[in-house]
Amino acid sequence: MTDTPAPRHIPDRLDTPLNSAIYSWEALLVAVAVAIFAVNSFASPYFLDAWSLSDLTFNFTEKALIALAMALLIISGEIDLSVAAIIALASTMMGMAVQAGAGTPVLVAIGILVGLGCGAFNGLLVTRLGLPSIVVTIGTMSLFRGIAFIVLGDQAYKGHPSSFAFFGQGYVWWVVSFELTLFLVAAVIYWFLLHRTSFGRRVFAIGNNPVAAQFSGVRVGRIKFILFCLTGLMAGIASVLITSRLGSTRPSIAQGYELEVITMVVLGGVSILGGAGSIVGVVLAAFIMGLVTFGLGLLNVPGIVMSIFIGLLLIIVIALPIVWRRVRRERFT
Amino acid sequence: MKAFLKYREVWLLAAIVVLIGLISMRFPGFAAFGNLRQVFNDTSILMILALGQMVVILTRSIDLSMASSLCFTGMVVAMLNAAHPAIPIPLLIVIALLVGLVLGAINGVLVWRLNIPSIVVTLGTLTIYRGATFVISGGAWVNADQMSPDFIGLQRAAFLGIPVLSWIAILVIALFFLLMTRTALGRSIYAIGVNPTASVYAGIDVGRTKFIVFCISGMAAGLCGYLWISRYVIASVEVANGYELNIIAACVIGGISIAGGIGSVGGAVLGALFLGIISNALPVINISPFWQMAISGSAIILAVVLNARGERRQGRIILKKAEAG
Repeated sequence: MTDTPAPRHIPDRLDTPLNSAIYSWEALLVAVAVAIFAVNSFASPYFLDAWSLSDLTFNFTEKALIALAMALLIISGEIDLSVAAIIALASTMMGMAVQAGAGTPVLVAIGILVGLGCGAFNGLLVTRLGLPSIVVTIGTMSLFRGIAFIVLGDQAYKGHPSSFAFFGQGYVWWVVSFELTLFLVAAVIYWFLLHRTSFGRRVFAIGNNPVAAQFSGVRVGRIKFILFCLTGLMAGIASVLITSRLGSTRPSIAQGYELEVITMVVLGGVSILGGAGSIVGVVLAAFIMGLVTFGLGLLNVPGIVMSIFIGLLLIIVIALPIVWRRVRRERFT
Repeated sequence: MKAFLKYREVWLLAAIVVLIGLISMRFPGFAAFGNLRQVFNDTSILMILALGQMVVILTRSIDLSMASSLCFTGMVVAMLNAAHPAIPIPLLIVIALLVGLVLGAINGVLVWRLNIPSIVVTLGTLTIYRGATFVISGGAWVNADQMSPDFIGLQRAAFLGIPVLSWIAILVIALFFLLMTRTALGRSIYAIGVNPTASVYAGIDVGRTKFIVFCISGMAAGLCGYLWISRYVIASVEVANGYELNIIAACVIGGISIAGGIGSVGGAVLGALFLGIISNALPVINISPFWQMAISGSAIILAVVLNARGERRQGRIILKKAEAG
């Protein structure tokens, strides 16, 4: 940075596991989540109800599914801004299949495969041609949604088979929706992938230093390609859920989701510069965003005002540890 | 280096000429001077925004909040005009610039003082500024009949046969050209993008310069706030929703490297013109406007591929940590 580096403070002993847990990002998120939960429960008598809380999950699970894969992608130092456009394209393709009389299994397969294909296209452009992902995916964002607009124009696809409605509207058990179950299962899988496999270690290594990773024998290009495919795949799955929940497709479906997904990932403590982050944080951030929007919704706060809270939350939660570290550093020097 | 930069803009200009040529084959009137003047006028706002974005991108940062700043500023001046029609328009423009400056300065301070990556800061302020627009307006619109005739008429008035809006764009282009080629600040902006560490050793205050570029992009957005509202004569929370990515697209097509340090005023202007020509041409050659999005998307991808070849080095990722921050 431009200010002169402060003399390094070397502590007498390392933080105890308890200490480091208390000062961790996840602890901060848990505190924020508990605070919001408590405020919500006091603010509205309708909040603490099993069905209310179940409804709450619907407004973030689709985005959170994508956020899981996006977290890995951002940790590896790349980004995908085209996820919302992938949702639109996959949903449009499913709509076309409906017109052709396809059944539910075919629809689901089409949604997932289109997502995977779009992700692979992004991945090829970034890894084969060595292009910066932020601009590539701004381009493919216009391209994918543009194709949806060409196909649909100002029309909409409707008339999905009734069995298709289960994915976005069905419940697995009592108030536990299919969407929530899928998200929790996916979260466990991604947690395992990132924190318990060598693949996950490689993702971190690439994010911290791609050149060093390459020289250590990590196939940087291939792993990034896989991550783009995974992100596309999750967008395809999210597309199936959203299309099923809404029961129709317009080309403007899921507009602006990409920024919400990225907000979720960054709020979850994933460094936008790559190399650091955890799935637990992302899951907590997803719940926090769901709690904020749902709680404010119960209080009849308009959606656009909620977005102010989300924006402030993002900046404050990012700024707090920085200010905290600075205060701590100054105290020791 | 200079000859090389020229090379890129010459190619873009050639592409635009070919594009106009192709369109004229289908619709001969397109290349007429009167029509091209109209296209330029239609693109003026995007050009000003792209120039503001350019100085930010050159320093390896990004400003995603420009469209929201535009929306907020536009609402402020529209409400002022509706409540006090007596306020002269030049004063309103100054107010718009100042409001934009404040919004940009907020972004700049967060990037400079707290060292938060600009993409995170502006992602947050993107939603905050648009939400703030809702708060000050209460969700209400300011319609054409509430605006004074001067407010709407100024940019439409012709001077030497060219609308005032185009003159404003020409003035802004000239100012940016002077800034980038004739001032120390302009050189510092390029230096930071090429090598932040070396810039620190060369005595450039990287943080402060980043603060200044966000102030510049904020002012560009503020100015366009007035221009946009007076052009489309409606101020609402939805104004320019999602437009931030069009602005970045114009920069990318104009050959401004997202990795910083590479790009020129001419490139940003031509990039914006390229998008402006496409959106103006589609209706006259009978292509459904629904094709526009896919075509600009393809143009962006093509431009990135070509630029990457021109740069002759691995495209650096904007999210990569700049050595000196």
